[in-house]
Amino acid sequence: MKTLTLLSLISTYVLVSSIGIEDKAGQFFGSGHTNNWAVLVCTSRFWFNYRHVANTLSVYRSVKRLGIPDSHIVLMLADDMACNHRNPKPATVFSHKNMELNVYGDDVEVDYRGYEVTVENFLRVLTGRLPPSTPRSKRLLSDDRSNILIYLTGHGGNGFLKFQDSEEISNVELADAFEQMWQKRRYNELLFIIDTCQGASMYERFYSPNLMALASSQVGEDSLSHQPDLAIGVHLMDRYTFYLLEFLEDIHPASTTNMNDLFKVCPKSQCVSTPGHRTDLFLRDPGSVLITDFFGSVRKVEITMETINLTSPVEQVEDKPVDGDLQRETHSYVDQLPVSEIIHQKPKQKDWHPPDGFILGLWTLILLVFFKTYGVKHLKHIF
Amino acid sequence: MKVQGLTIQENNMGLLSDPNRRRALISMLTRLNAPICVVCYMAGVAWFMGLAFEPFTLRTYMSENAMGSTMVEERFPAGERALATGREFAAHKKKVGGMPVDWLVKTMQSQGLEVFTQRFSRTLPFPDENKERYVVEGTNVYGILRAPRAPRTEALVLSAPCSPGNNNNQAVGLLLGLSQYFRNQIYWAKDIIFLVNEHDLIGMQAWLEGYHHTNTTGMDWSPLQGRGGSIQAALSLELSSDVITSLDLVLEGLNGQLPNLDLANLFYAFCQKIGVLCTIQGKLQRDDWDTASGYSHAVQTMMLMVLKQASGRPWGDHGLFLRYHIEAASIKGINSFRQYKTDATTIGRLLEGMFRKLNNLLERLHQSYFFYLMPSLSRFVSIGYYMPAFGLLAVILLLRALDLWVQLSALPSRTEDGIADIEQSGPGVLSVLTPLVISHLTGVALYTLPIRSQEMAVEHFPVFETEAVVLTAIAIYTAGLALPHNTHRLVSGEGTEQGWRVLKLVAVLYLAVLLGCTALINFSLGFILALTLVPLAAFITPHVPKLLSALFMVLLSPGCTLFFSIFFFQELQETPVNLQEGWVLFLSVISQGILDHSLYGSLVYPLVALLVYPCWLLFWNILFWK
Repeated sequence: MKTLTLLSLISTYVLVSSIGIEDKAGQFFGSGHTNNWAVLVCTSRFWFNYRHVANTLSVYRSVKRLGIPDSHIVLMLADDMACNHRNPKPATVFSHKNMELNVYGDDVEVDYRGYEVTVENFLRVLTGRLPPSTPRSKRLLSDDRSNILIYLTGHGGNGFLKFQDSEEISNVELADAFEQMWQKRRYNELLFIIDTCQGASMYERFYSPNLMALASSQVGEDSLSHQPDLAIGVHLMDRYTFYLLEFLEDIHPASTTNMNDLFKVCPKSQCVSTPGHRTDLFLRDPGSVLITDFFGSVRKVEITMETINLTSPVEQVEDKPVDGDLQRETHSYVDQLPVSEIIHQKPKQKDWHPPDGFILGLWTLILLVFFKTYGVKHLKHIF
Repeated sequence: MKVQGLTIQENNMGLLSDPNRRRALISMLTRLNAPICVVCYMAGVAWFMGLAFEPFTLRTYMSENAMGSTMVEERFPAGERALATGREFAAHKKKVGGMPVDWLVKTMQSQGLEVFTQRFSRTLPFPDENKERYVVEGTNVYGILRAPRAPRTEALVLSAPCSPGNNNNQAVGLLLGLSQYFRNQIYWAKDIIFLVNEHDLIGMQAWLEGYHHTNTTGMDWSPLQGRGGSIQAALSLELSSDVITSLDLVLEGLNGQLPNLDLANLFYAFCQKIGVLCTIQGKLQRDDWDTASGYSHAVQTMMLMVLKQASGRPWGDHGLFLRYHIEAASIKGINSFRQYKTDATTIGRLLEGMFRKLNNLLERLHQSYFFYLMPSLSRFVSIGYYMPAFGLLAVILLLRALDLWVQLSALPSRTEDGIADIEQSGPGVLSVLTPLVISHLTGVALYTLPIRSQEMAVEHFPVFETEAVVLTAIAIYTAGLALPHNTHRLVSGEGTEQGWRVLKLVAVLYLAVLLGCTALINFSLGFILALTLVPLAAFITPHVPKLLSALFMVLLSPGCTLFFSIFFFQELQETPVNLQEGWVLFLSVISQGILDHSLYGSLVYPLVALLVYPCWLLFWNILFWK
């Protein structure tokens, strides 16, 4: 017995040392986040928008399976599908036709339901500006070491997303909300996925760092629905999320699939629309970002007997005191990127306006011609 | 300097305030009036005929998002059992000699529906010879399928009439088969009411009045014990054979009202999905729109719809629902000599599919058009496209009115504005009142006398009540022709030239307003009346040859229009009639019109008697102006 344990210890030691503990440690702290949150929003209600609820619930299911607990998921649904009077299978929401997969299950925890899914509530959740009476389950209690997954689905257009058939959120509002989150240090990295028509327009305006975005279709394209089910009488899923779910079903907590694989989900041949993504605001290389960095909540635990020398990622610059004032220790965060470099998108001028001086000169010319023709005596009638 | 200032002022004047330009405009108007009127009339008729030309129409499409496509699985299995139920119903109907109320109540209760009955009775103003009834008493039976999980706020209706003889037994059988199948499903979000009404339209009127707590026609009915919420849509089924070759959709309802086009689109979509042959106006669809025969087929279908809509009577049991803003249509099963037959199970599946889709509705049907014409089941013309045809005809009346106004202001030799003229023609305007009042009194007589004097007529003449009513109406109509000769003594036209012009101006404007309002509510009626009355109104003066124009006036009067339309209608339905049969039909149509008005509130007879006929009489007066 004792020899067995000794042998196993030696073999572990050999294995571990052969891999290169420093590399693994590097990988270990590569992402920089310590907790995961997910905000999953379905912005539609009514029976014929069954597929949007099914979309959101499939992502919820995957995210829960990969480890994010309900306390760290803010789920916003109209939640009028499972118990809808028209549902031939009450208390279920299916995502595959022939009723293969019931994504409603028996442990769904919806935080914002029914008419509580509004633009105001969504933005308050993101920015944290909620009234003190809001229960914990309805808050996004993230900090500067949180990786957040935000998933939106519903009906959208060029630059806006429709909430519950009565209001809209624009891409500018969303970008500003993310900037508020950045300034309040409410996220470390944020993955934004949107499955609506013309979804790419929603991430055009982002300007905060550490944002990665995916959309199901480009501007001018419609995202199409999938899985028509005749027994229930509605489409059950949208194409993009259907293939996203298929992709996520293969992910398990220890998988090392990275974001580049996620970008390849649902090519044009399957989705008919062209999915898009945006990574220019993201600091790390997408190839080094694991899927589980956002979709799962992986507890990073490694057992080792070795000592590892962790080099400090931030080098303190020694400030020579000039006047003999007290040196104050400056806490420095990860380099804030200069915003002007990030905002490389200029406001698109749809119409060309002539320069202002030109217009003034034109009006002066017109007035002069008028008075020349009709005589200066008319001036007194005007002034 | 002063002259210069004056010239500047004149150049800056508007088109109508500059006297020179005004004179030029007015002379152009007077010169070109008749040609423009003729051109407008031809353009209006050509526009109307062009509506049936396929490139000018639009393909029908589902507008309501909630109804979506035909993506539903129809699983109705029990067509044969439904037919057996129908045969049972027929046997019980024969045994009881009317509506087998107890058997129906028992059958529906055993299926698990909440069953209620309603008794109603009505004495018609005079006997109805088409359906051979005078004092009508009956019972409606209806069963409510409560939605398993939904509140009782909305309902759908499926109805089948209980007709005498061997008609519509299969319809009732299929209704009972569907009610049993629907009872076993859990996905209903609205209550479904299965109604079997007796005495077709009269029973339906009693039921609807009872359901909505209104009493507009003076019928006597017992209040409804059970109710199902506000009705969103209704389908009426007429099926008289075990197998059918095609399904016909009937849309025209009371006063020419039509259901929302989405209901027709839904029906057509399911016909295509299930593969049943579907028709409208009993005519099949054709693909060869670019040939003459294809185009004439489309024109015939459209003209049938126009004529049916203009008659203002409900052409199916569904017609009475429309008044309560309930979208309803009738589906008739037709068995003709064709090889491919459809059985009852398929019809049941079609109805099941339609009801499942109507079940998905969140609001009443409102996304698609309420005013349209259909040259075929898959093509439609909306109000924006067909209204200009009527507009062109109405423009003629306005041009004529302008012309008369110009003439009236030119007659006294002053060229001022109309203020002086009105003062001068004060007595002239009053003289117009006399013909107006007399014509309208004749109209009132035409409206009230036929029914009131039927007893007196039956006493003195050897006719039945119905004939008495109709013949009295025709007699009063013809008597109006003699008015001008007898009443011109009462008319004090001061300066005859001015007198008839003022009368004609008033009459033309009156006609324009009347036709405009009619066309808004019932385009077909307005258009047909405009086609015949506008040429009359435009060209009648006391100076045209009297005999010829009198003949034309009589031929273009509303009564003769009706007479000719009957022949046209029979031609279109491919059952032409000769003169004698046509005359008999004419009499029956008049009696039906009067009955429809008193039974269901149809507005065609009062409109023609009280408004159109007096207007025509005004023109008759102008023709014989002394």
